Amino acid sequence: MTERAQLLIELADDELILGWRNSEWTGIAPFLEEDVAFSSIAQNEIGHARALYDLAAAELGTDADALAFDRRPEEYRCAPLVQLRLVPDWARTIARHVLYETADAIRIERLKEHEDAELAGIAAKIEREEVYHRLHAEMWLERLRDEARYTSAIEELWPYALGVLEPSLRRALADRFGRPEVEAVERSAPGEEFAALWDEMTMVRRSAPVGAQW
Amino acid sequence: MIWEVFRQERKGQPFVHGGSFHAPDQSFADAYAREFYARRQESVALWVVPRESIHAIEEFPDEFDLKYRRVDGYSIKARLKEARDRAGTAAD
Repeated sequence: MTERAQLLIELADDELILGWRNSEWTGIAPFLEEDVAFSSIAQNEIGHARALYDLAAAELGTDADALAFDRRPEEYRCAPLVQLRLVPDWARTIARHVLYETADAIRIERLKEHEDAELAGIAAKIEREEVYHRLHAEMWLERLRDEARYTSAIEELWPYALGVLEPSLRRALADRFGRPEVEAVERSAPGEEFAALWDEMTMVRRSAPVGAQW
Repeated sequence: MIWEVFRQERKGQPFVHGGSFHAPDQSFADAYAREFYARRQESVALWVVPRESIHAIEEFPDEFDLKYRRVDGYSIKARLKEARDRAGTAAD
């Protein structure tokens, strides 16, 4: 696999799995308005995943659905941060949301300058929606900033947040949060918590005969 | 805190009441308004207003039945029928 396809799949896996995890709040968010808003952010993330998989798929001669659902759990490349199952802990969910959106902004900003016009183009497109995800994360950050349950969640998830970015971009993230560049929780073969997600996520697809049309 | 949203479908058109929701402050209200009333490009502009800022006026006395001042107080249909009857050419 080329470095380009690898990069696209990492990004897409992050967005797909975070979208999936955020969608676990649908119906049980702290209040109705937030339920709708957070669910639609989850949908946006999955939409970004699709666009990124499409680009990778064109290169690999497959399609987005196959990349999203037909790989074995150990083949996914998503960062450990997005794999964590955080329901029903809203403070940790918001902490992840704030950390991920900030890290993602840094990497999308970098990708917009990529020499590959397709990559730069998709980054610009994703960025236009991510602006609103960041506004949403920031308003919650303003609200929870001084709460112990929130600050301890940031503390706990910080090494995971660094692991979202490639090493050369971690300094920028550390600067934004005024935190040290500690040892990151790196991408590796996903663990058991992910396996349960994968099982549920791919269940319907696996139950249908190969080549089924949806 | 309850917020009222008015939405404009196209530039130049009047803002129409879209609905209302709960949000703790303006930044939450803006985010939710965006999600509920503009996510699918169904609005080009929104007014997001705290309900308490809206001054509702609901009492309009009409003690002397001055309905002739309104256009709907003058029924042209009935007058037309009367005129046709008089002329002996009532419409079928």
